[in-house]
Amino acid sequence: MVTWKNNGLSETKIHVSNLDFYYGITQALFDITMDIPSQRVTALIGPSGCGKSTFLRALNRMNDIIDGTRITGHVLIDDEDIYGSSADVVRLRKRVGMVFQKSNPFPKSLFDNVAYGPRTHGIKNHKQLSEIVERSLRRAALWDEVKDRLSVSAMDLSGGQQQRLCIARALAIEPEILLMDEPASALDPKATAKIEDLIDQLSDDYTIVIVTHNMQQAARVSDVTAFFYEGHLIEMGQTEQIFTKPQQKGTEDYITGRFG
Amino acid sequence: MRYFRKEKIIELFLQWTASLSIVIVICIFVFIFKEAVPFAKHPGLGELFSTRWMPTSPQKESFGLVPLVTGSFVVTVLAMLLTIPFGVGAAVYISELAAPVEREILKPFIEVLAGIPSVVIGFFGLMVLVPFVKSCFGLATGLTAFSGAVLLALMAIPTVTSISEDSLRSVPRSYKEASLALGASRLRTIWRVTVPAALPGIMAAVMLGTGRVIGETMAVMMVTGNAAIITFWPFDSVRTMTATIAAEMGEVAFGSDHYRALFCVGVVLLLATFGLNVAAQKVLSRYRMG
Amino acid sequence: MSGKFSQKAMCWLMRLTAYFVVLVVGFIVFEIIWHGARAISWEFLFSMPRRSGAEGGIFPAIVGTFLLVAGSIAVAFPLGVATAIYLSEYARQGRFTHAVRVAIATLAGIPSIVFGLFGLGLFVIFLGWGCSIMSGCATLACMILPTIIVSSEESLRAVPQSLREGSLALGATKWQTIWSNVLPYSVGGMLTGLILAIGRVAGETAPILLTVAAFYLPKLPRSMSDQVMALPYHLYVLSTQHPDTAAVLPKAYGTALVLLILVLGVGLAAIIMRIHVRKKYKW
Repeated sequence: MVTWKNNGLSETKIHVSNLDFYYGITQALFDITMDIPSQRVTALIGPSGCGKSTFLRALNRMNDIIDGTRITGHVLIDDEDIYGSSADVVRLRKRVGMVFQKSNPFPKSLFDNVAYGPRTHGIKNHKQLSEIVERSLRRAALWDEVKDRLSVSAMDLSGGQQQRLCIARALAIEPEILLMDEPASALDPKATAKIEDLIDQLSDDYTIVIVTHNMQQAARVSDVTAFFYEGHLIEMGQTEQIFTKPQQKGTEDYITGRFG
Repeated sequence: MRYFRKEKIIELFLQWTASLSIVIVICIFVFIFKEAVPFAKHPGLGELFSTRWMPTSPQKESFGLVPLVTGSFVVTVLAMLLTIPFGVGAAVYISELAAPVEREILKPFIEVLAGIPSVVIGFFGLMVLVPFVKSCFGLATGLTAFSGAVLLALMAIPTVTSISEDSLRSVPRSYKEASLALGASRLRTIWRVTVPAALPGIMAAVMLGTGRVIGETMAVMMVTGNAAIITFWPFDSVRTMTATIAAEMGEVAFGSDHYRALFCVGVVLLLATFGLNVAAQKVLSRYRMG
Repeated sequence: MSGKFSQKAMCWLMRLTAYFVVLVVGFIVFEIIWHGARAISWEFLFSMPRRSGAEGGIFPAIVGTFLLVAGSIAVAFPLGVATAIYLSEYARQGRFTHAVRVAIATLAGIPSIVFGLFGLGLFVIFLGWGCSIMSGCATLACMILPTIIVSSEESLRAVPQSLREGSLALGATKWQTIWSNVLPYSVGGMLTGLILAIGRVAGETAPILLTVAAFYLPKLPRSMSDQVMALPYHLYVLSTQHPDTAAVLPKAYGTALVLLILVLGVGLAAIIMRIHVRKKYKW
């Protein structure tokens, strides 16, 4: 078992301890314990099926919507157990935004996409909504490209723009944490570069956890990297150290491309 | 967490509506049986097995279901004999052989056929088919089991065709390609690979079509002549179970033996179609898993 | 196989079956239009029948059919959609869900005349509603419920899971998600199913025979507990029950044509709707 103490990088935002996860009778995560630092980018890497996405979805309880899943252990965000008996899923997901692997803009206008979250949480005033929409789109580096056509359908945007729209949508609810599940896997290199720049900027204000199968990407954007293999957390450390001096043989094999 | 309560109430409400379907089915069984059961006391269940249906005879009323059951049976068998080749043939053609454009033209016609009300088909039968059957076969009347069967086939073909087509189309492409790669011709592939693979679906389609045929009322009532005699000859007049209920229910006294007897016919119909449906669903679900 | 010739013959045989069906459909539609068109006039559509239908129009039957359609849809559509939402969004695999699905399949297979008997037993007699629009609508509503449930569930399931996840991840509750990010996209598909159900109700005769339809009633209904005439039943009466067959024949053809236009027109609307919806939301 690996426990990584985040030594002075910054304070801990998410503290995960002894997390087990099951799909039916199949165990997908084994005794995961890790600290995720505040206002830094943490990358989760590993071969497909290693549990990194499942782990990510455990952080905002998105696995709850899948029938027959079971979880044990603790996930504390700012010392509050999100799986505790008094936990409120809606409030949790308001604090923890998520960006999906395949961009999923709603088939509504750009404005309605970004305003979806705030509206859901009760903001009706149009002026207030407009401000939120503009601020979020600016934050997601999309404002200049779309400011004149906020009423067109989100489905008309390019793939990269759609993904940035999804990021803007997540930012509009003013989360503290941003989960990203392979946000650039379906994009071309140029759009990917834009997303990576964006992640870099956002990390000043948000705690970001990103799943990626692209190791260069992990190396470029993250401060901390965790390597998953077959449902176990094999190794976690500062990104530089993981990529230059991995402690575990498995990590080294994966990074040097000997399997996967 | 005020929202939590609201969410729960909505879910319970939706669950309640969903359970309504079960309630309706139970109600249907209960109310059909409720009106039929007193018949067992008087005049007794044995009466139903009599060979004569003469509910209003002045001498001795007689409620034998045998002529009605054989009537329905003859019409159904004839109709299915017509439906299967046309329904399955059309399905095979549309899904396997037709060009895309052709398919787009053929399918709406099948859908239109499914949409024509049975009373309109019956009316058409009365105006066109019945005189045709009469003169073509030199009969005294064209109101025969055969006429009814032709109309029923028309109504069952869309059901059989669309369900068969679905199951033909869901045969994995790899099966067909494997067969073609071995040098089998397209038709040989269809007969030896595609159709056998889709057979359970086609069987279910035929069962559901049969259910539809047994339960069809108006068209049959209009063209089969409604003579309650026991016969297996296609060019005799027959009287089906459905037509009997529809034609006589309007004239019976509530609670009379005749009224009960008609509900007994309803019970037979209900059980027959229910059985066919359950069997078809079984076949379909096993097929989907396999 | 004896080679190319038998292959070709088989292919043609199957082509023949398909085109034969098309031919018959064309023939039926043509026959009704050809003879029916002459009977149709403003007077025919909007006046009361006289001499048990041999003269005058079919206005009360049109009104009756309209009322039956509106009433049964008003009952069945909300119930059907709610059930579909439950099945597609909430139901977990288990006994209850299985029972609901079996019930729906059973309902779909029950013959319409049996629905008529059921309506007679429950609404007309047991609940004491008598032969009335209310009884007829309730009976028809039970009959079309499965159609509406199945098509609504299909259109709900066509909405990609990723849209639900996207909304949930923004902190929307399940119901908020369904209401503002699933239902709006499936409404088109639901309406298509609804239109098909309308066609079915408008053409159905057997259930209303026992629960609502009047043989000959040349006036408009005043309340939901009145009887009404209806197009399909009127056609049945004219073509088989009327003593003066020759005199009513044009009226019968006219009635058949009105019914056919109604049902096929509604079906056409469904097809157009389906194409429109497919264009609007391409996932």
